[in-house]
Amino acid sequence: MDLKDLYRDVILDHNRSPRLFGRLEPADSAADGHNPLCGDRLHVTVRVEGDRVSDLRFEGKGCAISVASASLMCEAVKGRSRADIAHLFDEIHTVLTQHDAPVPEDLGKLAALTGVREFPVRVKCASLCWHTLNAALDRSASTVKTE
Amino acid sequence: MSANPKPLAAYDVERIHRDFPILAREVHGKPLVFLDSAASAQRPNAVIEVVDAYERLHHANVHRGVHQLSQEATAMFEQARERVRRFVNAASTREVIFTRGTTESINLVAQSYARPRLQPGDEILLTALEHHANIVPWQLVAEQTGAQVRAVPMDRRGVVALDDIAANLTERTRIVACAHVSNALGTVLPVREITRLAHARGAVVLVDGAQAVPHQAVDLAQLGCDFYAFSGHKMYGPTGIGVLVGREALLEAMPPWQGGGDMILTVSFEKTTYNELPYKFEAGTPNISGAIGLGAAIDYIDSLGIDNIHAHEQRLLRVATERLQRVPGLNIVGTAPDKAAVISFTLEGIHPHDLGTILDSEGVAVRTGHHCAMPVMEFFGVAATARASFACYSRESDIDALVRALGKAREVFV
Repeated sequence: MDLKDLYRDVILDHNRSPRLFGRLEPADSAADGHNPLCGDRLHVTVRVEGDRVSDLRFEGKGCAISVASASLMCEAVKGRSRADIAHLFDEIHTVLTQHDAPVPEDLGKLAALTGVREFPVRVKCASLCWHTLNAALDRSASTVKTE
Repeated sequence: MSANPKPLAAYDVERIHRDFPILAREVHGKPLVFLDSAASAQRPNAVIEVVDAYERLHHANVHRGVHQLSQEATAMFEQARERVRRFVNAASTREVIFTRGTTESINLVAQSYARPRLQPGDEILLTALEHHANIVPWQLVAEQTGAQVRAVPMDRRGVVALDDIAANLTERTRIVACAHVSNALGTVLPVREITRLAHARGAVVLVDGAQAVPHQAVDLAQLGCDFYAFSGHKMYGPTGIGVLVGREALLEAMPPWQGGGDMILTVSFEKTTYNELPYKFEAGTPNISGAIGLGAAIDYIDSLGIDNIHAHEQRLLRVATERLQRVPGLNIVGTAPDKAAVISFTLEGIHPHDLGTILDSEGVAVRTGHHCAMPVMEFFGVAATARASFACYSRESDIDALVRALGKAREVFV
């Protein structure tokens, strides 16, 4: 168990200066994420153009892992298609939860989060933002469907 | 209460520390520094051995068989009840009910005492520093009866003033339920005086004593409250065993809470007659080994002297408070003048959850989170705190280790 593997420089940097922090107004969709165990709260707002997340922001309070993960996620998914995002989500979920899973090259900076898997109780911190984003995207999808 | 407390000079914390085998282990290659006893304390050999001997030699169901083992198990179980009675100075073993823990004890009172009596508009008075286990059972019964739950505020130190208790007692207050010691803040509440005020208004008082009984002498005859609840595992006993002490007259008037074996005298399909106290409230085969382990834990506490434990922990609290206040950016949450050895804190720039992980990597176990007291966290404007809590086996060197580990956390983050 090496702390440096969990708190890598990229993570500490994104915790100190989170990217795409704030709230889009107006937004096409939004969702709240809450981890009652540690009190982490996130609010994610997204703008969707066609099949793409053209822009997004997050705000909230949480531990370094949850804030850095949300910041890295926002950077990674901005401008990407739903299919790309779903693919990234699968990849990040796999590397967070499977001890020996290889780290895919296309994870980019998100690979900094792989140290979290050595700390099972912290995996939820890293995945909260992804579940929140999914909720926001599901909501926008259903909105699109009903229109 | 310890009849013959040893002088404090005889308090050999290194020897006491060795009584707890788990404290000798390592965590992540570092010696374990266990500062999470308020969540659950560790067990001494004395408890482990008594439980082990019971399992190996004496186990059978209680109150049933005429055979030897059942008689032995019953005797051990009932001796444990008498030990509990003596420890908190309850009037009689008829008033000592074994439960699964403090939470179940409070639910029992909420459902069996409060539910049949509460009318719409009646009030249940809590305090702002309660554990969820002393909030939610009352909210449930309030929903069932139309009663209202109110909370007496606290100040920024985490103190609940008697004047505020008095001001919030009304002619509709039926029940006052409060902690003896706050698990999140360490505040000791003046439950004797609270009880007087409540009784003067005709309200019944339940005290959640989970965080008090392991750390200070509790004399129920002196406190005068109507119900007192606590847990075995916070006082060096097993999990899954707890106690409700209730005034006999109230318990007599209450209907059974759960139905099953042990709580009945006779059963036919037309009519069941209930067993006498305390068995009326002990449906089903009880946690026999848990109760016996709790009895052994009380013996262990008695061997150290609860007043000696209290003095030792208070000294640690003073030392730890001083040391922690010197850590840059550290803010202690809960600064009541009368406090148990529990220190909740935040460290500027580091989320408590990150802090917990870093301390753990140094072998230091503290609780991080909301401590099942979300209203307390909200009051202080934090999502969570880290909490170091001390017990009879805690040493000054544990405080050194905590302070060193906090320095490490600052290195990582600041």
